[in-house]
Amino acid sequence: MSHSAELASPAARRALPRGRARRVPLHILLPSLLVAGAMLVPLFYLGLRAFEADPQTLNNLLLRQRNLDLLLNTLSLAAGVVVMTTLMALPLAWLVVRTDIRFKRLLTILGVIPLAVPGYVMAYALIGLGGNYGVLAQLTGVQLPRIEGYFGATLALSLYTFPYLFLNLRATLAGLDGNLEESARSLGYGSREIFLKITLPHLAPSLMAGWLVITLYVLGDFGAVALMRYEAFSYAIYTQYSGAFDRIYAAWLSIMLLAVAASFVMLDSLVVKRRLARVGTGVARPVKPMRLGRLRWLAYPYLLLIFGASVGLPTLILGYWLVLAPPDLSFFARVPGTFLRSAGAALPAALLAAAFALPVAYLTVRYRSTAATLIERSAYIGYAIPPLTLALAMVFFSLHTAPFLYQTLTLLVVTWAMASLALALGPIRNALLQTRPNMEEAAHSLGHGPFSTFLWVIFPRLRRGILAGIALVFVLCMKELPITFLLAPTGYTTLAVTVFTRTSEGMLAEAAPFAAAIVVFSSLSVGFLLTKEGKR
Amino acid sequence: MTTLNLNATPQPQQASATQRPAPLLSISGLSKRYRRQDPLAVENVGFDLGNGEILALLGPSGCGKSTTLRMIAGFEHPESGDILLRGKSILDQPPQQRRIGIVFQDYALFPHMSLGQNVAFAMRHLPKAKRPARAREWLDMVGLADLAERMPDELSGGQQQRVALARTLAAEPQLVLLDEPFSNLDAALRESTRKEVRQLFKAAGTSVILVTHDQAEALSFADQVGVMHAGKLIQVDRPERVYQHPATAFVAEFLGHTNLLDANADGEIAQTALGPVAITPATSGQVRVSLRPEHLALATAPDGQGATVVEREFRGHDCFYLLEQHGQRFCAITPSHTLWQIGEQVSLEPQRTATVLQY
Repeated sequence: MSHSAELASPAARRALPRGRARRVPLHILLPSLLVAGAMLVPLFYLGLRAFEADPQTLNNLLLRQRNLDLLLNTLSLAAGVVVMTTLMALPLAWLVVRTDIRFKRLLTILGVIPLAVPGYVMAYALIGLGGNYGVLAQLTGVQLPRIEGYFGATLALSLYTFPYLFLNLRATLAGLDGNLEESARSLGYGSREIFLKITLPHLAPSLMAGWLVITLYVLGDFGAVALMRYEAFSYAIYTQYSGAFDRIYAAWLSIMLLAVAASFVMLDSLVVKRRLARVGTGVARPVKPMRLGRLRWLAYPYLLLIFGASVGLPTLILGYWLVLAPPDLSFFARVPGTFLRSAGAALPAALLAAAFALPVAYLTVRYRSTAATLIERSAYIGYAIPPLTLALAMVFFSLHTAPFLYQTLTLLVVTWAMASLALALGPIRNALLQTRPNMEEAAHSLGHGPFSTFLWVIFPRLRRGILAGIALVFVLCMKELPITFLLAPTGYTTLAVTVFTRTSEGMLAEAAPFAAAIVVFSSLSVGFLLTKEGKR
Repeated sequence: MTTLNLNATPQPQQASATQRPAPLLSISGLSKRYRRQDPLAVENVGFDLGNGEILALLGPSGCGKSTTLRMIAGFEHPESGDILLRGKSILDQPPQQRRIGIVFQDYALFPHMSLGQNVAFAMRHLPKAKRPARAREWLDMVGLADLAERMPDELSGGQQQRVALARTLAAEPQLVLLDEPFSNLDAALRESTRKEVRQLFKAAGTSVILVTHDQAEALSFADQVGVMHAGKLIQVDRPERVYQHPATAFVAEFLGHTNLLDANADGEIAQTALGPVAITPATSGQVRVSLRPEHLALATAPDGQGATVVEREFRGHDCFYLLEQHGQRFCAITPSHTLWQIGEQVSLEPQRTATVLQY
């Protein structure tokens, strides 16, 4: 849901104020420039560190066979996850929107819930299921081989990320004009041809958008990949950085990963150019739901499989370790403190991200220009950049220019805010787009200056958008792993870090209370955000 | 629908302006271009507005009238020219210091404030404690005092418009700008609202500039009508003068139906396709004149002579005809007591002086 909110409707974007060439006030311009600068500076230091190597070493680093292996591994992981999430999300969206299947509301909620189970918790559940001492062996005696490697990483990431695609597809399918398909039918086309020639092209933009979000997530993911011991870029960066202490090679791996992510973003913007706007002024009509009939006997097992894996499995594993084979009580006692440490860093990060987003949103909505668009784009850098790359860049930046910041909470909070700025920007910008510029003009003509106008006229209209932005960032940071891992001060263990380290050490029972805390908190916040979205 | 309560008008606090004939607002050489490669949106516009006067800027969409209004309000900066309010340039003042009120086409009421709060928001010059009572007085003036606690989305379009007006007046502006304020009302409400609002402004002595593309609105609402076309202000005059003596063919056609005739002028008479016609001002040589359709009389003509009735639109109180004579088309409006049928032959007789157009 967070990602669909970022895409402002074209109609809203067109409603720009007439004063395009107006001068931007300094109290908006300066913070916006600061944001854009903050996004670019760390990348500069990443490059600086990478080119510290002498030509001989550089040659050595860049032409390693390992780089190619990592690239292939990473790409095939992304491809696997994209295919798997599509197989999960497309039929699910179709069933929920286009057929007469029952319990649609419940199915929709179940389709969103997996967002509350981060990749490393999903990996935890998969690891806990198989193997000698796995839950399955303990409960039934049936022994499954330990789930790991490529298969394990693909599964864990797919089960966690398919809701992004599901939500995108569901919204598009629901908004599709039924008349289109009916006129194709009246022109003599059958259901299959209609799906291929009419429906699918209309779904293409949301498929692409969903795939891009998922691909960027896969490229950036560290927890699931590391727990599954799959040699993708992010895992290699981490081991290089923490184990081998070869920071120049770590920097180069980060740059390579960044290049991969950037080429996907560019590919996406090249492909999504087609025009699929509604033509004509008629009223869009929803499609009559298709009767499932005997297909029902295919649909229900399918749903059972998807939700059994994505919702049922983590519930089962966590339930087992919490209830049937719980760890020592002292582990439970440590949960509140750890939770507070997570929240204590996530809350300031969320406030900071919203404070950054406000001037940028104002600039891009009210003073549109090429420069404003560039500044807005730069705000998305932090989001698209793989988290480990960003974290590493921040390490180099702080060591180079502000060593007193290294290993402090401040650096973690600032980096989190940069990584999630785009999330806060979406709802704030949408709220601003819904506030017509002549509200401000009316207030000015009544004698109110910029400050009083913002306080009494604009802020009350943005309050919900700002709160939504803060909530999105807060939830993201509560689950965040890779940046925390690199930047958190020594001893500042959050829920995510605890789950990850315990799981990687095989202490599944000891990880359970913390994983459960994340899942419960995330489910509550996903539910909260869903109801908020429903009211809007 | 409630009516405006003119007697309840709170008296503006400022002393009535001095009686000097100096204009309240004086605009000269105003030009504006949005982007460098675009043509001028407003080109060399100038006019004066007297105290208590109502001026309508009339023109098709995109003619620059709204841009002119926004430059007066201070939302846009002119490329050149000056705007004087009581003799002093206000170009350097931000909108909030100009004390110029504006009522927007969509009213721009603050949706999160009640009506009373909306109006009270305009009273920065009053202490906070006094604002609610005073807001009630302003709402009373537009007949909405009972609704002070309501939210804007609970009102009809007409009521929202009244609140916007009350809010604008509550700031006690030196000048009120209206940006197509009646266009969102349905036709039945528009006319009566227009009349009441005009009475309200006249009773309070408010100076007003109205922007509209509706010629009937401009002619009935304003003391002065300025017609704009392609960024230029073509003619400013009293409504009846602009209608009866348009400066150009564009003005003549924009204000209503007209017959544009090529004529050979010789003093106060010109030869036209309709025969000799009295013209004003006196001139000589090839000119173009405008003759309004209601200034043509029709009479039954002997067969094969005069013009043929091509189209007829019966409008109740009068009747609109389209006629053809020697391959040329003319229009005429006559009282509906005598009617001609399509295909009938009639003679066209100019009854009034035609106006010589500049171009």
